[in-house]
Amino acid sequence: MTGMPLLSLAIWIPILGGLLVLATGSDRNAPLARILALLAALAGFLVTIPLYIGFDTSTAAMQFVELSPWIRPFNINYHLGVDGISVLFVLLNAFITFIVVIAGWEVIRDKVAQYMAAFLIMSGLMNGIFSALDGVLFYVFFEASLIPLYLAIGIWGGPNRVYAAIKFFLYTLVGSLLMLVALLYLFMQAGGSFAILDWHQLPIGMTAQTLIFFAFLAAFAVKVPMWPVHTWLPDAHVEAPTGGSVVLAAIALKLGAYGFLRFSLPIVPDAASEYAPLIIALSLIAVVYIGFVALVQTDMKKLVAYSSIAHMGFVTLGFFMFNQLGLEGALVQMISHGFVSGAMFLCIGVLYDRMHSRNIADYGGVVNKMPKFAAFFMLFSMANAGLPGTSGFVGEFMVILGAVDFNFWVAFLAATTLILGAAYTLWMYKRVMFGHVANDHVAELDDINAREFAFLALLALCVLAMGVYPFPFTEVMHASVDELLRHIAVSKL
Amino acid sequence: MNFVVPDFYPAAAEIFVAVMALVIMLAAAFARGVRWLAYALAQITLIGAAFITIFVTMSGEVVHTFSGMFVGDLLGDFLKLLIYFSVAIALLYGRGYLADRKLDRPEFYLLAVLMTLGMMVMVTSNHMLTLYIGLEMMSLALYAMVAFDRDSARSTEAGMKYFVLGALASGLLLYGMSMVYGATGALDFGSIHEALYYQSANKTVLLFGLVFLMAGIAFKLGVVPFHMWVPDVYQGAPTAVTLLIATAPKLAAFAMAVRLLVFGLFELVEQWQAMLMFLAVLSIILGNLAAIAQSNIKRMLAYSGISHMGFMLLGLLAGVVDGDRHYAFGAYSSAMFYAVSYVIMSLASFGMVLLLSRAGFEAENVDDFKGLNKRSPWFAAMMMIIMFSMAGIPFFIGFFAKLAVLQSVVAAGHVWLAVLAVMMSVIGAFYYLRVVKVMYFDEPVDTAPIHAPADVRVLLSVNGLSVAALGLAPQGLMYLCGIALLASLV
Repeated sequence: MTGMPLLSLAIWIPILGGLLVLATGSDRNAPLARILALLAALAGFLVTIPLYIGFDTSTAAMQFVELSPWIRPFNINYHLGVDGISVLFVLLNAFITFIVVIAGWEVIRDKVAQYMAAFLIMSGLMNGIFSALDGVLFYVFFEASLIPLYLAIGIWGGPNRVYAAIKFFLYTLVGSLLMLVALLYLFMQAGGSFAILDWHQLPIGMTAQTLIFFAFLAAFAVKVPMWPVHTWLPDAHVEAPTGGSVVLAAIALKLGAYGFLRFSLPIVPDAASEYAPLIIALSLIAVVYIGFVALVQTDMKKLVAYSSIAHMGFVTLGFFMFNQLGLEGALVQMISHGFVSGAMFLCIGVLYDRMHSRNIADYGGVVNKMPKFAAFFMLFSMANAGLPGTSGFVGEFMVILGAVDFNFWVAFLAATTLILGAAYTLWMYKRVMFGHVANDHVAELDDINAREFAFLALLALCVLAMGVYPFPFTEVMHASVDELLRHIAVSKL
Repeated sequence: MNFVVPDFYPAAAEIFVAVMALVIMLAAAFARGVRWLAYALAQITLIGAAFITIFVTMSGEVVHTFSGMFVGDLLGDFLKLLIYFSVAIALLYGRGYLADRKLDRPEFYLLAVLMTLGMMVMVTSNHMLTLYIGLEMMSLALYAMVAFDRDSARSTEAGMKYFVLGALASGLLLYGMSMVYGATGALDFGSIHEALYYQSANKTVLLFGLVFLMAGIAFKLGVVPFHMWVPDVYQGAPTAVTLLIATAPKLAAFAMAVRLLVFGLFELVEQWQAMLMFLAVLSIILGNLAAIAQSNIKRMLAYSGISHMGFMLLGLLAGVVDGDRHYAFGAYSSAMFYAVSYVIMSLASFGMVLLLSRAGFEAENVDDFKGLNKRSPWFAAMMMIIMFSMAGIPFFIGFFAKLAVLQSVVAAGHVWLAVLAVMMSVIGAFYYLRVVKVMYFDEPVDTAPIHAPADVRVLLSVNGLSVAALGLAPQGLMYLCGIALLASLV
């Protein structure tokens, strides 16, 4: 499989496909745009499968590496490669894009070509982020991915979409520009190299490490998002179209967490361990406080958005305890959250398409009218709450075990998520789905059609498979996580 | 006394343009009826000059002539080519606009050619006097063009303002030159450099002179605190003229800064770097903050231009650190790359304003871009590319320009400056995003179809796409800037 530039294909097939879809022009050609988009998304997904099959789980080295000079005066290279940490995200991203295209099939009627193109281009850019091994290349993909999401929220979003789109863009831009300065500083320190792997080996003094750590934190904390810079997320989620919410939750939030693993921990390990208590504290606040905030939401999307923040708090918590269980648990949690939160937003989208309301109070007794849908929604809600047997459980359980190893009280606070998560998710489920048929609108609901059934079933399969047998996922990570932990343990001072 | 006939050969392009200016003048006098003639002649002049520059004068070596008043080098050749290119495009974009307003008189094209000649003299000057003559030639032509719409109060007011302030700045510049002359006894940059190198000059007088020179440069670049004319002139001038002011003269002003500061006064680098830092920081802050409040897109682009020029200065001020000249070359070429990128983006942005204008309607408010995505998805996408590029979002050229400059700033050890610059870029991103917002998220108010001749449409599309294409492959342009500087600095 080494002959094909698989990672380049995974990046450029969706982007070029997106441009091709754009070329179909106005909504008169919408059916053509849809089919082209589906083909591009499918092709984009298919080329990522050999990445998994051909992946050598015994090594932590970068695989499927592609390296060619891009901008010589600055020694910037087109340098791609994946290890056990990133390869799964490339797959997840390609898979979710495929789902998003299907989910927007009939629902989006306005500017279909632009909608599909935005999501395809975004998918390619995100693959670029996960596989870039050059600092500038990473940054370029990282920033460029803001554009399609900004447009997606602003064009197809809800009533307050403009505010949400601009807030989203500026919030993320502030952080990432600080990171750019840090990247340039590292470039100088490394004697003119933007290679991330060189930076991993670079000795850096403590003051510089601290500054770089906080510059990275500014970029990644906003993206994760960590408390207290999370406020853009509920707005963006609520206003975004369903596809936008799915991509945001399933992929975009992972970018920040991935950044911690690729940049913060290995490049500035001493500052990372110095300030680990801070990150752990912020993560616990996210888990507990945001959990309570989620409990009082009256808007379904907002509720899931807050639950995403809480779950991502779990991820950062797992990273900064610096032990195997915590790190792997966090990675599993990220993948699982990609499936589950994506599925939750899709379920809400299914309801919203029929009722045009996200208010919990407008629903009630939906199960009477939509039994098939209710079953799926039940499964995803349980997964969101972390029920054993679903993917949501595996990651949370591993992180909590890691936390017990680390400090009892941290573990204790982290474990409250199991209660809080169950409380807010199931309480919402109860209010929306159970009881008597609440009003005439609910009485007129139709159950999901074959298309909706298909994408929900696909996701349900993933959630269950990962919950029952997570080994195929963890197996891929082992070598890389081991190597990362060994690397962090050595001081760079 | 023996009179030596100077070598005219290196100045072939300037001479050609000067002769053609006279031809256009004759055409203006005797063939007024033929409306397209002056325009065609102007374009022929620019294309011809480009040919001469490429095939006749460009040698890669540094040639002095006219008793050392004129220098032919790669830096000059490269900048001249860019100037022809941007003036030619600006004239092409503006032609329909001028015709709609009955402003397409032959004199306009005459002035444009004279302005070009002035800029050419500026970029090839090796002497204070040639520099000054070139500057005045460019400026006088611009004053007249700003006030070209003589029935419009705003246009004449802008012309007046520009003239008064410009004359003041020229005075300051001249005063500074006289002080430098007093201190060093020389007017050509080579001799000034030598005098400073052997430290035979009076430092106090020299520093006074430097301050005045800096004021002149700052005025021409339009950076704070000499920026007051920029928004008023940009707004008041007919948009086709704004387009001319906002593009090629920035290159000429960059050349002037480099010739004066790097070629002439390099021994004072510590002093002028400190002054540039002051100018750059103020411009970046004020330009970006003031741009937020603008509802007129020409004013907004004016303030954004102020901040861009400030950003460009960051590259110039990062050359020498504690006497170490190791980074100077990289820093200056990053500034040049920034100036060139800015001109390309600026051409496209004002080109879009011209595209949306039509007879009796000036598309000069941000709101006039409302719903452009519904009216013309293609040009909305072009404008989006330009705006994101100006905001410094990758994959567009604006990002790599910022990256190059920031890299030199960080290399020079001014990390705080880099942080300030990027924070201000966030503020900048807000107003560029607002343009994207009105184009994509709002409903159109103006539903008239976009009418523009095919050549403008095609060229504007190429212009917009080049912003994206150069972002994917910025290496070539970076190399060109580097080579041009390297071959000239030796």
